[in-house]
Amino acid sequence: MFDLSGKTALVTGASGGLGQAIARALHQRGAAVGLSGTRVEALEKLAHELGAKAFVLPCDLSDKSAVEALVPAAEAALGGVDILVNNAGVTRDNLFMRMKDEEWDTVINVNLTAIFRLSRACLKGMLRKRYGRIIGISSVVGVTGNAGQGNYAASKAGMIGMSKSLAAEVASRNVTVNCIAPGFIESPMTDVLNDKQKTAILAQVPMGRLGTGDEVAAAVVYLASSEAAYVTGQTLHVNGGMAMI
Amino acid sequence: MSDVAERVKKIVIEHLGVDAEKVVDNANFIEDLGADSLDTVELVMAFEEEFSVEIPDDAAETIVTVGDAVKFLEKATAA
Repeated sequence: MFDLSGKTALVTGASGGLGQAIARALHQRGAAVGLSGTRVEALEKLAHELGAKAFVLPCDLSDKSAVEALVPAAEAALGGVDILVNNAGVTRDNLFMRMKDEEWDTVINVNLTAIFRLSRACLKGMLRKRYGRIIGISSVVGVTGNAGQGNYAASKAGMIGMSKSLAAEVASRNVTVNCIAPGFIESPMTDVLNDKQKTAILAQVPMGRLGTGDEVAAAVVYLASSEAAYVTGQTLHVNGGMAMI
Repeated sequence: MSDVAERVKKIVIEHLGVDAEKVVDNANFIEDLGADSLDTVELVMAFEEEFSVEIPDDAAETIVTVGDAVKFLEKATAA
């Protein structure tokens, strides 16, 4: 089960912790992976570690022309994109009253508009092939909201609505579109929290611990697999029970 | 029938799975041939591939019948 041999996957944000875990998991199941991100050194290190069937495709998702060039570059390197994992995202947290237009725009551009463009670009090949998987890494806060993250929560909720609409359009062509909504996941961002902050976070999580990147990556592998062919327009929550929706 | 018309009709028959006799010039893809809106997008993609031309979105919107497609592609490939 969950064999991805012969499949090709493009993962954005592959220089980050979660993106690396996702790329590793897809690669380990046999997929060829395109590693996209802004930190070229980290991408090259990962590609080197994975060995064959891993390609570095640097891209700054805040740059429209770079976004438009990414899918053609991935198709050239991989011979097509069967699986698109929209993992990259940024935060510009601020209280709503203090939020600058730029903070709003940056988050919406990278977390939502770039994903719209990448998904649209991948669809041509997927429709032609009558096979495709588009997986968006959303967030629990896209569903629950979170103080200080009006822009980020809007982008992540937007991703879910966009995915459902697209899922309805392309379901008859065997292209599925789903989201994963992680809760608190171990990352460089959570590593810097002090014990008091960690305790406060964990009080919200019935499982009593942070999630791991591998646990999110496993959900990606499932949704990317042919076994998940009948699952579309869904949001899979990977959050240790912190929000049961 | 021109060569372009023949190739267009072949694509329409294959893509929509309809009988050849239904694929006449004034057949509307959606109303007469049972295409959904995504089929029309895919037909345009198939025409682009077959004839190695780019069909811009505003032109694609004017292609609603088999005859529209033939006319557009005859012009595009003659150029």
